[in-house]
Amino acid sequence: MTMTLEPTARPSAGATVLPAITRTIDARGSYCPGPLMELIRSIRESSVGDVIAVWSTDRGSKIDIPKWVEKAGHRLVALEAREGYDEIVVEKAR
Amino acid sequence: MSDLGTATSQRVVILGGGVGGTIVANQLARKVGRGPGVEITIVDQTGQHVYQPGFMYIAFGRERAAHLTRPEQSLLDTRVKVVVGEVIRVDETERAVQLADGRQLGYDYLVLATGSRIVPEEIPHFVEEAHHFYTAEAAERLRRALDAFRGGKIVIGIAGMPYKCPPAPLEVSFLIEAELRQRGLRDKSEVHFCSPIGRAFTIETVSDMATPIFDEKGIELHTFFNVEAIDPERRVVQSLEGEELPYDLLILVPPHRGAQFLIDSGLAPAPGGWLPTDRATLQVGGRPNVYALGDATDLPLSKAGSTAHFEAPVVAERIAAALLGREPRAKEANYTGRVMCFFEIGDGRGTLLRFDYNNPPHPPKPNRIWHLGKLAFNKAYWLTVPKGRF
Repeated sequence: MTMTLEPTARPSAGATVLPAITRTIDARGSYCPGPLMELIRSIRESSVGDVIAVWSTDRGSKIDIPKWVEKAGHRLVALEAREGYDEIVVEKAR
Repeated sequence: MSDLGTATSQRVVILGGGVGGTIVANQLARKVGRGPGVEITIVDQTGQHVYQPGFMYIAFGRERAAHLTRPEQSLLDTRVKVVVGEVIRVDETERAVQLADGRQLGYDYLVLATGSRIVPEEIPHFVEEAHHFYTAEAAERLRRALDAFRGGKIVIGIAGMPYKCPPAPLEVSFLIEAELRQRGLRDKSEVHFCSPIGRAFTIETVSDMATPIFDEKGIELHTFFNVEAIDPERRVVQSLEGEELPYDLLILVPPHRGAQFLIDSGLAPAPGGWLPTDRATLQVGGRPNVYALGDATDLPLSKAGSTAHFEAPVVAERIAAALLGREPRAKEANYTGRVMCFFEIGDGRGTLLRFDYNNPPHPPKPNRIWHLGKLAFNKAYWLTVPKGRF
């Protein structure tokens, strides 16, 4: 399920304040097409500056997603282990 | 404007006569029985049920379009009525569906099984330069292009996300490579597969199975290549990630969208048009009387008939329970993410993908049995799946 959340200030991580999340993709339990494919879909439908959070239970996501983000020229904002899943936050940069 | 429903009955209106809509209608009819109090109506644009997985086989000369279509009414329980027409809007305040010809259908429960539509025109030059296999006509055109092909570079890629049947472009790559070998064209040809992600396929276990097949077949795998644009003058295809590949024959999965009227009615956000759907109950946006299934949802699952097939019993059970004034049966009332599909490897071999939200797939080693299983399923489909008995 994709949830569009009201942009709100994120809790600070140390001294860094994370940007407001534009959209959260709950890709927990998604094997096909998978969390990275869901992120690519969302990036295509977003505007530059949008911040997308992906929730994934796929252990490969924390490696695959940052690799794609770098290759595609976007910005990895955060990668955090939550309870039973990873949250990967990406900003559309171009 | 006429209202096709009657006010005394509970009215279930199902939009879309594909796999999901048809199974929901048949299962619901069986669950609510012959009582007079429930009307079940399917609205479909053509009134024809199409077995879409057969399109890919048309491109390889193994299927004909005429075999893939049957009248929707012939697949339905006699208690289900079919209305042929184009839906232009859902009016949630009036609880009514409006058709392009002015007719209006009132509903108490609404099922959105409207599938996905392809929009190749969204990519400039797609229509003139690229082939695909997402309609019978396009698959026939691809067949003719393959017949005319005498060697060169074939590029297979994905030009939009999400798309129907995630394994299909891999299957097409494998089947084309096998055909080129059989026709003695392999030495004069290159086959390139562009994967949108960092490996051959999204599911790691499947990717691990498929990667050696790419090596064995000499298909060049390009990772992180999401097709973005086509340059027809230079005959190159360009990626979202900034790379390009030349082609002689270009085969692309076109962009897909949900039904436009879902966006126009405020049910699904633009530009995708995918319905915000609860992953367990399949209710749309928290509405207690509106459900979605199949390609129309925004669930992070394969857009495939199999997904709709396993979602349909949940929708049928929940609506039947509401109509009959009972609690939904716990075992049937929540979707578990179950999907099952065959995967062609070429050379008469195949495998099977089975998974749900909690269990990733562990495909068996490709063999002849699963290839034959897929062919048998293609034939048995009409007798089993739409009836909701399989």
